[in-house]
Amino acid sequence: MTAAEPIVEMHDISISFPGVKALDGVDFRMFPGEVHTLMGENGAGKSTLIKALTGVYQIDSGSIVVGGQRRQFQGTGDAQEAGVATVYQEVNLCPNLTIGENVMLGREVRGRVGISWKATHRAAAAALARLGLADLDPTRPLGSLSLAVQQLVAITRGTVFEPTVLVLDEPTSSLDANEVEQLFGVIRGLRDRGVAILFVSHFLDQVYEISDRITILRNGQFQGEHLTAELDRSTLISTMIGKDLATLRSLDAQRAQREHEEGARPVVRARGLGRAGGITPTDLELQPGEVVGVAGLLGSGRTELARLLYGADRADRGTVEIDGRPVTLTSPAVGLRHGLAYSTENRRDEGIIADLSVRENIILAIQAQRGWLRPVPRKEQDRLAERYITTLNIRPADADRPIKNLSGGNQQKVLLGRWLATNPDVLILDEPTRGIDVGAKAEIQEHVLELAGEGMALVFISSELEEVVRLSERILVLKDREKIAEIENGADVTAETIVATIAGHDQNAEVVA
Amino acid sequence: MTQTYSRLRAGLGALAHKPYIWGVLGIVALLIVNVTRDPGYLQISVNPANGYLAGNLLDILRESAPIVMISVGMCLVVATSGIDLSVGSVMAVSGAVAMEFLQAASAPQSTMSAAMALLLALTVSSLLGLVNGVLVAYVRLQPFITTLITMLAGRGLAKVITGGQNTSASSDGLAWIANGRVLGFPVVVIIAIALALLIGYLVRRSALGMMIEAIGINETASRMAGIKPHGLLITVYLLSGLLAGVAGVFSTATVMTVDVSNTGYLLELDAILAVVIGGTALSGGKFSLGGAVVGALLITTLDKTVVFLGVPSAATPAFKAVVIIVICLAQSSRVRALFRDRRGPVRMKERVA
Amino acid sequence: MSTTTQQPQRRLLTSLADTIRSFVSGSRLLRLNAAAMPTAAALLIFVVLVTFGQVQYGGIVELGTISSLFINNAYLIILAVGMTFVILTGGIDLSVGSVVALSSVAGVMLANAGVNPWIAVLVMIAIGTVMGLLAGVLVDRFDVQPFIATLATMFLARGLASMLSTTPERLEADSAILGIATRLTIYDGPGVNDLVVPPSVIIAILTVVVAYVVLHRTRTGRTAYALGASEQSARLMGLPVARTRVLVYVISGSLAGLAAVTYTARLGSAQNVTGIGWELNAIAAVVIGGTLLTGGAGYVLGSLIGALVIALMNLLIIRDGSIPPESTTIITGGMLLVFVLLQRLVIARRRKG
Repeated sequence: MTAAEPIVEMHDISISFPGVKALDGVDFRMFPGEVHTLMGENGAGKSTLIKALTGVYQIDSGSIVVGGQRRQFQGTGDAQEAGVATVYQEVNLCPNLTIGENVMLGREVRGRVGISWKATHRAAAAALARLGLADLDPTRPLGSLSLAVQQLVAITRGTVFEPTVLVLDEPTSSLDANEVEQLFGVIRGLRDRGVAILFVSHFLDQVYEISDRITILRNGQFQGEHLTAELDRSTLISTMIGKDLATLRSLDAQRAQREHEEGARPVVRARGLGRAGGITPTDLELQPGEVVGVAGLLGSGRTELARLLYGADRADRGTVEIDGRPVTLTSPAVGLRHGLAYSTENRRDEGIIADLSVRENIILAIQAQRGWLRPVPRKEQDRLAERYITTLNIRPADADRPIKNLSGGNQQKVLLGRWLATNPDVLILDEPTRGIDVGAKAEIQEHVLELAGEGMALVFISSELEEVVRLSERILVLKDREKIAEIENGADVTAETIVATIAGHDQNAEVVA
Repeated sequence: MTQTYSRLRAGLGALAHKPYIWGVLGIVALLIVNVTRDPGYLQISVNPANGYLAGNLLDILRESAPIVMISVGMCLVVATSGIDLSVGSVMAVSGAVAMEFLQAASAPQSTMSAAMALLLALTVSSLLGLVNGVLVAYVRLQPFITTLITMLAGRGLAKVITGGQNTSASSDGLAWIANGRVLGFPVVVIIAIALALLIGYLVRRSALGMMIEAIGINETASRMAGIKPHGLLITVYLLSGLLAGVAGVFSTATVMTVDVSNTGYLLELDAILAVVIGGTALSGGKFSLGGAVVGALLITTLDKTVVFLGVPSAATPAFKAVVIIVICLAQSSRVRALFRDRRGPVRMKERVA
Repeated sequence: MSTTTQQPQRRLLTSLADTIRSFVSGSRLLRLNAAAMPTAAALLIFVVLVTFGQVQYGGIVELGTISSLFINNAYLIILAVGMTFVILTGGIDLSVGSVVALSSVAGVMLANAGVNPWIAVLVMIAIGTVMGLLAGVLVDRFDVQPFIATLATMFLARGLASMLSTTPERLEADSAILGIATRLTIYDGPGVNDLVVPPSVIIAILTVVVAYVVLHRTRTGRTAYALGASEQSARLMGLPVARTRVLVYVISGSLAGLAAVTYTARLGSAQNVTGIGWELNAIAAVVIGGTLLTGGAGYVLGSLIGALVIALMNLLIIRDGSIPPESTTIITGGMLLVFVLLQRLVIARRRKG
């Protein structure tokens, strides 16, 4: 990693969306012939930074210099012209067209009557061959390929523009180990040809395997740039989640200690619960009055596990027993009927009904259970709304205000109220404290302990490890879509323990399938 | 004095926040146009011979009855972020069924026959609505293509039922529904108002309204909250079909003839327009049945005004198209953002994409 | 006599079989893409219909019949081509029937008012262009759902046509526009059994050829396919999404204007109620021809076959005589529904597999 001139220099970049500061004075640079990884949890601003670079978003302030020239691209096409090619998170190709066409779309070779397909496919084949994909027939439809190979085709498309900068936004999220190796071979080849590569991945092992340099973002802010060789995993993780190890250690002293009956019958028992592409078969038992924490970074399979448990996704293997009886969870409605409730991590898209009032949002789940012919009487509605507004301290205390006008923390409390109103035996909370202010966060944590004290079983998912450690009696540690450990919480367990478990776990030792 | 004034102000203030205030203002504006042409336009007289109320306002009310019916149905469908393009054709089918039945009935004048004709017409209409609902809810076909097919095939069905004829029949019962009076007031208006109120009551007193809005606003979140959309979707499409059937009986019974080509022709746009004027967004969600009724009245007033001003009635679709284009533009994020923030639209678009 | 009639028939049959064979085996379409399967199925249906018609009623595989099939449906072929562009991008154009009405009424009135006939023809096409542009801008720039935008232009065009005239407008008998439908006898068979190709049919075939070249051999065409697969992908791949999306509606509108030219030339008159329900025929032709209603896959040649399937079906219904002609829209709608359901099934299969 010679101290060459950086090919990309982004300085003091800020971007705001209505109500959110997505990027706040971020610096980022890239060097030719280097793989630079962008790390950060959900909402850290990784995708926003990439879209700022490629001109999909316009920046509010700051400067972008590419190849020594100050630039402000007007979109992906414009960026491509200037040598910045991007392969986005989801495969953004057209499965209905051929491999060759996807590679060459917008760059087709012209013949006598419009496009010459022979020449175009020849050019595509050459581009594929350069990346070691000579065995792909460019005239085959893209849709017939596996996602992994499609991803490689997308990268090939990126290289057709002979880029000096190649952006790979989570290219490995749908690949298996062999496919990742194939991809890394391609990336190394490009790097050795002098291309600057921006890489985003949630898989730590991959990050350490491929990248030369790491920049860390958190909550839209720059947290530091390090050479990979000089950054150990624990530091990386604690910087990402924003607590240094000393703080983590002191926090866990506040942990709540609870007693509950030994050997009680589990309210939920899941055996080998799994779903292809979601999470590998996992066992989980929940006792009444118990808080089970799920720790793991984004993409570790924590949300996938929760969705299977609730019935939001259908498991394709494994069984679930509730109160000792086997059940098939086919939909959220079924989950609710069996006394399960799931508060989603995606509050905006899967949680709130934006235009409905606080009251309506609270009673929605019980109303759904009763069916539309048996409305919850208005008096009962008011009583429930009043109750949860008071006990959860929802502000403003106005039941008739549309929920979209509340702050994130208060929206989260309304949703908590929705689930509590169904009087569940099991409550699954997925990132209930993300993106909300400190006060609301503490209140929600208190409610969790209170509910457990009343005999409810809770699953608590959070990327803030100290929170998990503080609240849970047992902690499931997930990594790369797999349960890697189940830790009985105790005085000797700290957030550091979990960081060490995730960082120290050697993926290759566990890969069996 | 000051008290009445402030109360009046408060009342007006509340009205100004109703989504259909523009509809009400539109009706007033059109009526003013008509009054300037004919100062006696708003007069209501009592026919001394039979005690019937008469006047342009009553004509508008009578003619709006079928449109009110399909608008109420359309409103519920639109709230689920769907659309029902078949309402006009279902009207024709309903009219065709009623007329064919009465023509073939042995005692068409009996109340029994009228009731049977009504029942049969409404059953067939509901079935068409049911077909739409099943295709949308279970097969997950796009609502517009589903109802486009029933719209065009429905008109064909009406023609097949009557053998391509414009069937006429006579039935005092049905004629009374369309042309009769109670205390001088048109029966058809009373029925339309009663049905609109009944459905409004049903929708708002049960949880149907809220759940329809929930799936229209955010279907994923609604599903996560345990709502099962299938039954709701089928209910609204069925209701829309049923109400279109009522509208079909209304408009055919006036003349006791079904015009298979023209009964209900192009009325789907009227219904969509009424719903949009009434403050319900085409993207679904929060709906206002009262607004849809106001919208329906506005459209009828517009129809009457256009004719009153001497424009051929066949040309009215052009006016309505202009109105709907303007409303769509007003609702689009690009135009809204133009008024707020110059940089807005670009970003909105990207976030959507 | 029988030998003379049979010879050209046999020759035609063998050449038809050759075309099919070369289409099925040699063509790059089938080898490449499962998306060509539905188009092949449409071809099969066409052949089955031809065979069935020939066996059942006779006189189908005859130069005269085939000529008139093309002559009577040149407009449908042109409309289907335009609709293919729109549907490939995942949109829909409900306005084509009304645009034909507006365009033809305006054209005939202009020609009769003494305007140079060729300028009148250009105006007819331009009217379609403008209506398409309006719809395209509404869809792309203002995020109006395609079916609402084109529903609005559908009513706008119908209303404008009615403003121009509500009675049939006849072209003067010596108008040059009629020349577009002049029957040029290419092969003089016995009796009425001639191979007749008027310029209108040549125009229709040329439209198909040009559309094929545009869709398969230009970047604009490929962008239309990409857009239909995923707007987001197309945008992120740096393709000109906005321009292409407006363009497909402009193409569809302009071709509706061209269809109006050929239709008017054949009929010699125009009326404001022309073209009701033609949007269904055009959509059905496209979908039967193998284009996915959700966009992204299909062939304009398939749409040609789809149009011929519909045309042939109508012909057979008339030949049969026992099926009421009123039920054709039901049959067309039913076929459309079946094909849309099949598409759903195929896609669901593919997702699973």
